[in-house]
Amino acid sequence: MTVAAIAFYLFAICVIAGGLFTVISRNPVHSVLWLILAFLSSAGLFVLLGAEFVAMLLIIVYVGAVAVLFLFVVMMLDVDFAELKGSMAQYMPLALLIGVVLLMQLGMVFGVWEASEQAEALRAAVTPTDVQNTAALGVIIYDQYFLLFQLAGLILLVAMIGAIVLTLRHRKDIKRQNVLEQMWRDPAKSMELKDIKPGQGL
Amino acid sequence: MTEFFTTTYLGIFLLTLGQVLLVVVPLLVALAFLLYADRKIWAAVQLRRGPNVVGTFGLLQSFADFIKYIVKEIVYPAGADKVVFLLAPMISLVMAVIAWAVIPFNDGWVVSDINVAILYVFAVSSLEVYGVIMGGWASNSKYPFLGSLRSAAQMISYEVSIGLIIIGIIISTGSMNFGDIVRAQDGAYGIFSWYWLPHFPMLFLFLISAMAETNRPPFDLPEAESELVAGYQVEYSSTPFLLFMIGEYVAIVLMCALVSVLFLGGWLSPIPGLPDGIVWMLAKICLVFFVFSMVKAIAPRYRYDQLMRIGWKVFLPMSLIWVVLVAFFAKFELFGGAYARWAIGG
Repeated sequence: MTVAAIAFYLFAICVIAGGLFTVISRNPVHSVLWLILAFLSSAGLFVLLGAEFVAMLLIIVYVGAVAVLFLFVVMMLDVDFAELKGSMAQYMPLALLIGVVLLMQLGMVFGVWEASEQAEALRAAVTPTDVQNTAALGVIIYDQYFLLFQLAGLILLVAMIGAIVLTLRHRKDIKRQNVLEQMWRDPAKSMELKDIKPGQGL
Repeated sequence: MTEFFTTTYLGIFLLTLGQVLLVVVPLLVALAFLLYADRKIWAAVQLRRGPNVVGTFGLLQSFADFIKYIVKEIVYPAGADKVVFLLAPMISLVMAVIAWAVIPFNDGWVVSDINVAILYVFAVSSLEVYGVIMGGWASNSKYPFLGSLRSAAQMISYEVSIGLIIIGIIISTGSMNFGDIVRAQDGAYGIFSWYWLPHFPMLFLFLISAMAETNRPPFDLPEAESELVAGYQVEYSSTPFLLFMIGEYVAIVLMCALVSVLFLGGWLSPIPGLPDGIVWMLAKICLVFFVFSMVKAIAPRYRYDQLMRIGWKVFLPMSLIWVVLVAFFAKFELFGGAYARWAIGG
């Protein structure tokens, strides 16, 4: 067994264990921490595939930003988990039904699994040997599929604007500070110095 | 003998282990003196003497503190999540140390010379926030929790502008390897060939963002002692506290190393004709660390809303505009190709 194979099994076991414990752990914060382990291990799998750029992006975007926000939200949650667990039996049949349907679908897909004849050749074509895969990825995204990439960006922009529109409320009854105004305040105009003689007052 | 170290698994393992120790051990020893220097500079600015009792001029103060930390008892707060509580300081230290694997000290003197080195450092430094969040949450206490929430928001905010500044450098170099980035700064004019000149405004943005990213004063709101006692570290004592402390300082020195590699030419000598070498790299790290110390001593702490405003409304637009500008300059090779150094670097 080569080192790469050992590393693969190590990462693969970590991904599966992380995913499993994400589902079964009792504390939601622990769930998120297990999820982070799964993300990190899958980044390791990407590195083994030779896709180091994608691996780093996975860590930066998912572990560095998305999972932090998850953790942020989950820590702030004030949910009584004993109560939730109590009503679990009520939803169990439905959950089992969905689970069984999903499993059957997966089984059916696996049953008719077929790889295209050119799949092997296509896989070799996108990983050129003479350029780094960051540069190769850049050429594919920004040259070959430029319009699709722009379209994806546009969809994200729409989603972002939607989120802002949904949450932005202008409240008129609160005091706001105008930072620029504060910074440009002139001491000569906003203060008055008085020379007070002892025993006289103003 | 060379064959053993380059072909067999055991040999490669031993070689890498040796390289890692060669980086980590001097780093940790140097850290003791940097901590001492930090306190001395801070004291000098405030007209105090600083540590001056242990050893000559107090040089051994950090080692005395170290021994004191490890012989104390670890206290667990009631209701703390023990595993996460102990995991947090370890993550904090490990994440700070593993980023050093890709920092080059001289031409080719790097533990792991990977293609995406700069992204690796960025990814690892974005993981550092977990030490703080987990520590604050696991303590099961109010001040640490508030501190860790502040820290999460702060570190994410400043990561964004650090990322955009780094993109500017990547566009100029055409590579994400630190070796290539430093070699691209090698030019006929010594100090004036380095990236600090073409990327001038970004040097300051990066310095300030690095301070905010490492929770360094004036942005040390996660541990603001006047409002949160000591933020996420309140409940920590003994060795876990020491790990947090070392992790924090290793991250700070890492940021100093990043500034010197990205903007100050790494191991290159500032005067054309003088030989390049590791001495310059170390000198630059110390110089940037001195700047960090002076800022800590001089600047008052920011208010939290000011911190968020400056991060999102000032730094983010500025660095975004800079990326567009640099891409434009590089594409049309303006300013004598100062922004397009692909031929030299990558």
